[in-house]
Amino acid sequence: MILQSVKMALKSLRSNKLRFILTMLGIIIGVFALVVLVSLVRGASSSITDSVNELGTDLISVSILDDHSHPIRLEDLSELADSDGMGLVAAVAESTCSASAPHGQVTTQVTGTTSSYRALQSLKLESGRFLMKPDVDNHTNVAVINHDLAVKILGRTNVVGETIRLNGTSFKVIGVLEENSGSFQFSFFGNYQCYIPYTTLVRLNETTSRNVNSFYAGAGPEGLDATEERLKNWLDERFQHDNDAYFLFNQSQISDAMNSITRTLSLLLGGIAGISLLVGGIGIMNIMLVSVTERTKEIGIRKAIGATRGSILLQFLVEALVISLIGCIIGLILSWFAIQIIDLIGKVRYGVNPSIALLSVLFSLLIGVLFGLYPANKASRKPPIESLRYNG
Amino acid sequence: MIVFRDVSKIYHMGEETLRALDHVDLHIQSGEFVSIIGPSGSGKSTMMNIIGCLDLPDEGTYLLDGLPIERYSARELAHVRNRKIGFVFQNFNLISSLSAEENIELPLIYQGLSLRERRERVAEALARVDLTARRKHLPNQLSGGQQQRIAIARAMASRPSLFLADEPTGNLDSRTGGQIMEIFHELHDAGNTVVLITHDPEVAAQADRRIGLRDGRVEEVL
Repeated sequence: MILQSVKMALKSLRSNKLRFILTMLGIIIGVFALVVLVSLVRGASSSITDSVNELGTDLISVSILDDHSHPIRLEDLSELADSDGMGLVAAVAESTCSASAPHGQVTTQVTGTTSSYRALQSLKLESGRFLMKPDVDNHTNVAVINHDLAVKILGRTNVVGETIRLNGTSFKVIGVLEENSGSFQFSFFGNYQCYIPYTTLVRLNETTSRNVNSFYAGAGPEGLDATEERLKNWLDERFQHDNDAYFLFNQSQISDAMNSITRTLSLLLGGIAGISLLVGGIGIMNIMLVSVTERTKEIGIRKAIGATRGSILLQFLVEALVISLIGCIIGLILSWFAIQIIDLIGKVRYGVNPSIALLSVLFSLLIGVLFGLYPANKASRKPPIESLRYNG
Repeated sequence: MIVFRDVSKIYHMGEETLRALDHVDLHIQSGEFVSIIGPSGSGKSTMMNIIGCLDLPDEGTYLLDGLPIERYSARELAHVRNRKIGFVFQNFNLISSLSAEENIELPLIYQGLSLRERRERVAEALARVDLTARRKHLPNQLSGGQQQRIAIARAMASRPSLFLADEPTGNLDSRTGGQIMEIFHELHDAGNTVVLITHDPEVAAQADRRIGLRDGRVEEVL
């Protein structure tokens, strides 16, 4: 019976193609908008989340704004790191230098730091080693460089032991990072990174002070929030409870904030697309009501030759469902193509989000039933005698 | 077998009440060929609607093959129409978007028959009305006489116990009308009950028995 109804529905829809297509267009656009928008937001958010996670989410960064004549020294940070409830701590100072080697020369980002930095930023070494405590203590001229920098100025990556020059000073390369490891920098000129001992950077660059103005702290044994609390106490004590003396940022807040932004965004866009799908549903209802009136005679004939109310209801309901489902399938196919094209053009791989595709099918079904039921019920209630007499 | 016992049908039009059927008693045996004749407004259509189970009497009893029709629900009435009654209308009442064979198939779909059985019956009915060659045509591609033959084939396919025809020749020229009447005679000869509703005495005369209707009353039974 259902199969028969589907056949009949297809037949009657085929007999009025333009109307069928126009009605379907509402659903097609709705599903297309829903799937494309939500897939894009999900795709973008997962790529942003990945980038944020790479920066290290279980990390607190501290900037000192006013040291109240109690500057933080590297020794203070070691002490802090060793105190109860704290995790790794690494001083950080950043600068840019001109890096040169036989193969080339380029402006690079230089980070002066200590040995804990590697673990805090989850850097992965391709070869060699990272900075160690003696390097920092003796302010030796050693450098860990990233993949891109090695390729740019040395032409290869197995360069441990080679010498490079940073602003004219010779540095021995002690380690090379894996490709795509290290802080990510949005730059047109490439992502060049170089890590040297904090103390060495102080000597290399006069604007970098021996007093630590910025450092990272990792989560202690009791978790990041407890560490943040201890860190705040330590800083408050040091700076006479002046809240403006320092700026503390818990990186996990970034991913929390990102998540809530993308969730809101996908709800918002999904909601708008859902509304357009709803409008498409109203279009179905409208055209089904017209169709029921136009086909009053047909309904009368069908009832005369033995159609029950149920079979008339089913017939019109299936018609509405067929419109919404075919529209949904076309919308899904179109959105798949659209996303393939967007993937081709852009860098980020989005892909159709399967759960949103499934959701759009269910939503279209719901709309088909919701907006098909009223006209179908109206059709099924038509009295046979009057319907037979109808001449429209 | 059709039995009307004291059947009345009353229409209310504002203040006025109209007895379209006024205490009608009627017996039609199985296998009879009966015509119901009367001028317009005599209650013919009302009678046809009640015989055809499209409408129920307001008073009295209607038995079709012994079934107490007036006690039936809408759903049960649909089943009775589907299985027991083959309608033939003045204006053919084919569904314009369906081909000839699909129109014939329709009551069989409602009967829930298998595809194979439906095909067999459709082919058989098409052969009986001699329109097998035109089975794929839409109604508007067929002449009036052909459309009426398809309509008769549709009635035949469901194998009803009663053929109920309402002015079946009314929209046709006399020659085509004659062909249609020929088919009804064949149906009758094959043992079917045929009830013909008409205002045309010539058509009515072809039946074995004529029932005259005037102002909702059975006037003469010839």
